[in-house]
Amino acid sequence: MTEKIATREAYGRALVALGEENPDVVVLDADLAKSTKTIDFKKRFPDRFFDFGVAEQNMMGTAAGLAAAGKVPFCSTFAVFAAGRAFDQVRQSIAYPRLNVKIGASHAGITVGEDGSSHQSIEDIALMRVLPNMTVFVPADAVEVAGAVQAAARIKGPVYIRLGRAPVPVLHGPDFVFRPGEAVLLREGRHAAIIATGIMVAAALEAAEILAQQGVEVRVLDVHTIKPLDMVAVVRAAKETGAVVTAEEHSVIGGLGGAVAELLGEKCPVVLKRVGIQDSFGESGKPAELLEKYGLAPAHLVAAVHEVLRRKAAQK
Amino acid sequence: MSEVLVRKLEKKAKEIRRYIILMTAAAGSGHPGGSLSATDIVTALYFAVMKLDPRRPDDPDRDRFVLSKGHAAPLLYAVLAERGFFPREELMTLRKLGSRLQGHPDMRKLPGVEMSTGSLGQGLSAANGMALAARLDGRNYRVYVLLGDGECQEGQVWEAAMAAAHYRLDNLTAFLDYNGLQIDGPVEEVMSLGPLADKWRAFGWHVIEIDGHDFAEILDAVAQAKETKGKPTMVVARTVKGKGVSFMENQVDWHGTAPKAEQAARAMQELAD
Repeated sequence: MTEKIATREAYGRALVALGEENPDVVVLDADLAKSTKTIDFKKRFPDRFFDFGVAEQNMMGTAAGLAAAGKVPFCSTFAVFAAGRAFDQVRQSIAYPRLNVKIGASHAGITVGEDGSSHQSIEDIALMRVLPNMTVFVPADAVEVAGAVQAAARIKGPVYIRLGRAPVPVLHGPDFVFRPGEAVLLREGRHAAIIATGIMVAAALEAAEILAQQGVEVRVLDVHTIKPLDMVAVVRAAKETGAVVTAEEHSVIGGLGGAVAELLGEKCPVVLKRVGIQDSFGESGKPAELLEKYGLAPAHLVAAVHEVLRRKAAQK
Repeated sequence: MSEVLVRKLEKKAKEIRRYIILMTAAAGSGHPGGSLSATDIVTALYFAVMKLDPRRPDDPDRDRFVLSKGHAAPLLYAVLAERGFFPREELMTLRKLGSRLQGHPDMRKLPGVEMSTGSLGQGLSAANGMALAARLDGRNYRVYVLLGDGECQEGQVWEAAMAAAHYRLDNLTAFLDYNGLQIDGPVEEVMSLGPLADKWRAFGWHVIEIDGHDFAEILDAVAQAKETKGKPTMVVARTVKGKGVSFMENQVDWHGTAPKAEQAARAMQELAD
């Protein structure tokens, strides 16, 4: 678990691999190819790469037209611009007509770091999840990114893939199979469950290790597909542990925590704690400092698990 | 330009205008003003210009038309029905529950609709994408798009204008339905567009200015656009909002108001052959 790769790096490589297989794949960027790593595709397939400059709305709309004519466009920019700046284009021109556009949104969450809040997307999962027809992937590591890109190309319709800037541990082996809509059970446990997505999956595993040393057995569920959510796995985790913590590098409103709360509220109410950004904007800082300050470090997950265990005990 | 063709198009346009009146009257809502102003342009495209086969709406080599000003849906629907994409009787279901004829065009519901539109400013980007795809696939189809003048207040239009010139999309022809009126009043009062034709020129387009109700000029502009290499063409078409119905012409209130039964009857008289 020592190797670390940023999910955006893995995205760049996955696009090249996909481009080799599928001549209909085209890649669009909005003046961030070096950062989103679509530059790898640009170098390999210059004729199938289009830069639209600092104009994300037009990029999304153009992708819709390309898809309507049979191409498989992957659009990339920072998550804050893909989901925020161009939200109406994604809604009107892509999601509503169910066009085959893939959005690879990098630099999501607060681990963007020093650029600060203007570039830290803490609401993109919520924005994309609320759109009908949209599939939302939040890969946890480089291996999941490769799978998510391949899966996105197979899905006929819009897909949002959330990617990060900071290097994160590689969690899966080479034989891992990415199945859209299927959460991955990474660790068994009966006392509580941490349901995590994206870079918080690694943090959840670390927290589970610490908790194990304290005699607390925690299940870790890796939800790489926020939509469609693996309702069976989430409800089972709630039913079998009775205490759930969600973990995401995103606002606790509307993201994974929101989705899990909605589901469990209807199907299996249990004690729940949502770990994420607590309805605030971020700020400049080093990724590790920000994760610490905004309550997203493994220690915070450990504390959250203890809290739900206390509340579960109090219920009895 | 043959007199016969122009005569035929004039007759067809009148028929389309009658449908626009009947459809919006039956719906009790909708946008007759901007549908009537663009009728001649869209009629010319569908009945004298575009290469398409209603029996094969998915033919990869068909020409494409994107109605960026999606609120002119009654016009698009009337033309598509007349062209044979779906039965004419269905026109009267406009805006009704369960209808394929949504208030603004839905490409997933109705054959012949190339792009779902309605949120202004987005159609040119989509048309750019189709034109790029044609180039990538080595296909010869052409892409047409109709914008409104008020719509040009949307920033995305200019992002797309820049991109179409940058990528030298000479298989793309845009029409601007320059009727001078938008919901809140005259365009020049609401948010002036300034020297509109010059703006498109400055963005790198080949610009042609025409009378948007003169079929000879419309068809001539299309022919010129086909000859223009290395840049997209914008046809700035001067039009009259509500064209063809005396009490609707140049009246801003007919932007988004449907005629009542008595008004529709008067309009139908004026539009009779």
